Amino acid sequence: MNTVPHWGIFITEPMILGSDVMIVLTSVAIVFALTKFKKWGWLWREWLTTVDHKKIGIMYMIAALLMLFRGGVDAELMRTQLALPNLSFLDAEHYDEIFTTHGTIMILFMAMPFVFALFNIVVPLQIGARDVAFPYLNAISFWLFFFGAFLMNISFVIGGSPDAGWTSYPPLSELGFSNGPGQNYYLLALQISGIGSIATGINFLVTILKMRAPGMTLWRMPLFTWSVLATSILILFAFPALTIALALLLLDRTLGTHFFTMLHGGNPMMFINLFWIWGHPEVYIVILPAFGVFSEVISTFSRKATFGYGSMVFALVAISIVGFLTWVHHFFTMGAGADVNTFFAIATMVIAIPTGVKVFNWLFTMYRGRIRMTLPMMWAVAFIPCFAIGGATGVMLAVAPADYQYHNSYFLIAHFHQVLIGGTVFGMIAGMYYWWPKMFGFLLDERLGKWAFWFFNIGFYVCFLPQYALGLMGMTRRIYTYPAGLGWTVPNFISTIGAYLMGIGFLFIVWQVIYSVKYGERDVTGDPWDGRTLEWSLPSPAPHYNFATIPTIEGRDAWWMAKQGQLDKNAFLPKKSDIKPIHMPKNSGRPFILSICFFIIGIGLVFGVVPFDVIGGLGVAFCMFRRSFEYDTDYYIPVDEVIHTESALGRLQG
Amino acid sequence: MFRRLPAHLGKISAIVAAATVLLTGCSPEYAVLNPVGPVGKTEEHLIILSAILVAIVVIPVLILLAIIVYRYRDKPGNRAPYSPEWVDSKTLEYVWWGIPIIIIAILGAFTAKTTFSLTKPPEANVKPITIQVISLNWKWLFEYPDQKIATVNYCEIPTGVPVQFELTSDAPMNSFWIPQLGGQEYTMPGMAMRLWLQADKPGKYNGYGANFTGAGFAHMNFQAVAVSQSDFNAWVKHVKTSSPVLTKAGYNELKKDGLAKEASYSAYPPGLFNGVVMQNGGQYMYGSQTPSNSNSTKNSSGNMSNMNMDMSNMNMGH
Repeated sequence: MNTVPHWGIFITEPMILGSDVMIVLTSVAIVFALTKFKKWGWLWREWLTTVDHKKIGIMYMIAALLMLFRGGVDAELMRTQLALPNLSFLDAEHYDEIFTTHGTIMILFMAMPFVFALFNIVVPLQIGARDVAFPYLNAISFWLFFFGAFLMNISFVIGGSPDAGWTSYPPLSELGFSNGPGQNYYLLALQISGIGSIATGINFLVTILKMRAPGMTLWRMPLFTWSVLATSILILFAFPALTIALALLLLDRTLGTHFFTMLHGGNPMMFINLFWIWGHPEVYIVILPAFGVFSEVISTFSRKATFGYGSMVFALVAISIVGFLTWVHHFFTMGAGADVNTFFAIATMVIAIPTGVKVFNWLFTMYRGRIRMTLPMMWAVAFIPCFAIGGATGVMLAVAPADYQYHNSYFLIAHFHQVLIGGTVFGMIAGMYYWWPKMFGFLLDERLGKWAFWFFNIGFYVCFLPQYALGLMGMTRRIYTYPAGLGWTVPNFISTIGAYLMGIGFLFIVWQVIYSVKYGERDVTGDPWDGRTLEWSLPSPAPHYNFATIPTIEGRDAWWMAKQGQLDKNAFLPKKSDIKPIHMPKNSGRPFILSICFFIIGIGLVFGVVPFDVIGGLGVAFCMFRRSFEYDTDYYIPVDEVIHTESALGRLQG
Repeated sequence: MFRRLPAHLGKISAIVAAATVLLTGCSPEYAVLNPVGPVGKTEEHLIILSAILVAIVVIPVLILLAIIVYRYRDKPGNRAPYSPEWVDSKTLEYVWWGIPIIIIAILGAFTAKTTFSLTKPPEANVKPITIQVISLNWKWLFEYPDQKIATVNYCEIPTGVPVQFELTSDAPMNSFWIPQLGGQEYTMPGMAMRLWLQADKPGKYNGYGANFTGAGFAHMNFQAVAVSQSDFNAWVKHVKTSSPVLTKAGYNELKKDGLAKEASYSAYPPGLFNGVVMQNGGQYMYGSQTPSNSNSTKNSSGNMSNMNMDMSNMNMGH
């Protein structure tokens, strides 16, 4: 392989050296703590080998928050560099690496795991299942994501980060223009975690279609579960395009093929098409679950069922389908004919229609309701204006001739941050607050949460509204510095202040979590929000088998109906005589080990070390072989144990 | 302290900030909103039209949200109606499916019309001028095939004359953007793409490389200088008599990674543009046709049927 690692950078750059020191110190501290408190066995038994969807969900969420921190630090560094003209806080090389890792990490290693966290934590509980359809595969998905993210993150300190942008268009991302290992890190990290994402799509599609409690027809499913169903289908159709694009580019870089090269018949345009055939549905993959969260939160805290349920489901499906017909709007300016541009412009605008309908249905869910401004509801209410404005600028961007002026400018940057932060991040934070008690059995502190909310929200507008102005002034994305005298200084400076405010908001969330572990209000009822859906009929946190007896569902929002006296509330509590041994999957360390083997292959391909590829490949083959001949994969929880657990929770009926 | 703050504070500040942006939009820094030629003006009109159309939906949403969140808050003694069972209304559904559909239909029609019109020269009665543009790492090379001169990092154009920019790249793809004249088009290796622009007022307009191409990208700017036809002719004459010749060796030197100062050349290697296109993939795309055969000023009507190459759509641009 032609890649030349520039090892010198490992020790010469102060920022990288600083990161090295931090990583070593943190690792030593973790190892020391685990040894001192004799927690290695606990870590292995309870977390690394778990196949419990709730624990996997929690691990996804922790990883997502860590990656939000990492991507956020990247953002603060960039905004600092751009605060004033001609600053030299970062040089071009560093800036290029940082915007590349910022985009890649925020989309693939923050938004995706956050979404998967909520899939895992919520879906089985909402549909009355004891786990997902393929718990072992679910663990593999998580650990592949984890080691993919790990690979991406070590690039900064070992060999150099990718620096061709998160879209990494060839020929810039080909050898000759990006020679170091950085671009390989990008390709392998996305490829490894991508396998996990596809598996998650399959897993939740099957879980939702096959494992719903008796009586829960599709038409009685909560809207969050509907959004996960739509998202799973999107994942299945979109991610293979990314897999192919990454694989072909990797072949170009490692074996000297010419799929996307400039010379010898390569066609870079093919990569761009494949990338966005995945990339556009990807934004719906991260936004639809947020829509699902808002439907649950707004309905719960308005004490009213979601307005226009059928319309909401239809809108989800419409967005999923039309979402596959818009990818060319990412390159209206790459020479497609007027007919092609017109088609994709109008298809893009059409998406705004079902999205707008959802907004109106949320508004009318609140209309004639009783609105409680809890933390999840505050984020949901804040989402509506943010997303309405971001969606409006999205329609403006869809107008192809206008896009010739917005493309690659800060107008575009402002737009997609407004929909991705205002939509996905607000949604994930709302979901985290909402289901936090279900995960951990306590609520997050409201006072600190409000500080976080206001800092983050005001910071958001201060940061991104000036960027619309900058775009109209002609400022292009991905420039590490700009000259004075263009009128760009003041909006950039304001924008940087906003970014710092958002950073403070995030720190409040961290403080809030730490504070609440000790002082947060305990959730003893299992239903702290007076919820509507099935998960709130369980204690918080739910026992590891979830439901001692699977309830029969007789309506939409059945738990709410039961509390209103329209259904029998006792149907949601287990009867002693009904309890049978519960069939559960066994923990396994193999998903963890298998993913390490993939990681070793990844390192081997990044640096062109063939023995690593051989060792890792043999490890993967061995793990799969062992699994194929494994019959002891499940067990039964005895009736006594279930009765003991349930009566300790005070739920057992005669 | 937060309990006192109305929940829609963030939203109000958003509206105020958005209004500020729009109201200050006429100040000269807003290049996109201060176009000096017909292409930029057409695009500006469409930007304003789209902003108004989306505002028809967004503003009522913001107002409704503020009213609803305030009126239906869960406070003891709130006498606003509470109807938990009222969760469906055919009439309302028709309204909010219908209005956006109408808005999108209007906007879509204008979009289609303008998208097609921008593939034609902005002025039908004036003979256009052609400038061939090659983006390099990290500088811009302009060739004037009719005047047989070349420049680096700046170009002069006559006012009131449609300019047909033919774009390609001999480096990672960039994007050619002069906001005050009109929207951008990519420069892509192996493809010759066309962008029509025109300046009606003399002046110096900033041009940018808009698509990331590596370390020197931030400095890859250029100037488009619009002057009267007679000044333009004088400038061409001056370049022809006083500037050095760009040789093949000189081009290979220019092609190397690095920044460059403004420069002008009294001549350049013949066939350079087509050679670059063909070498970087055009040979597969255009067959035996050279891009310039089918993309010359003879076909300046922009009629695609006049183009006789394999992938005529691919090199049309707008």
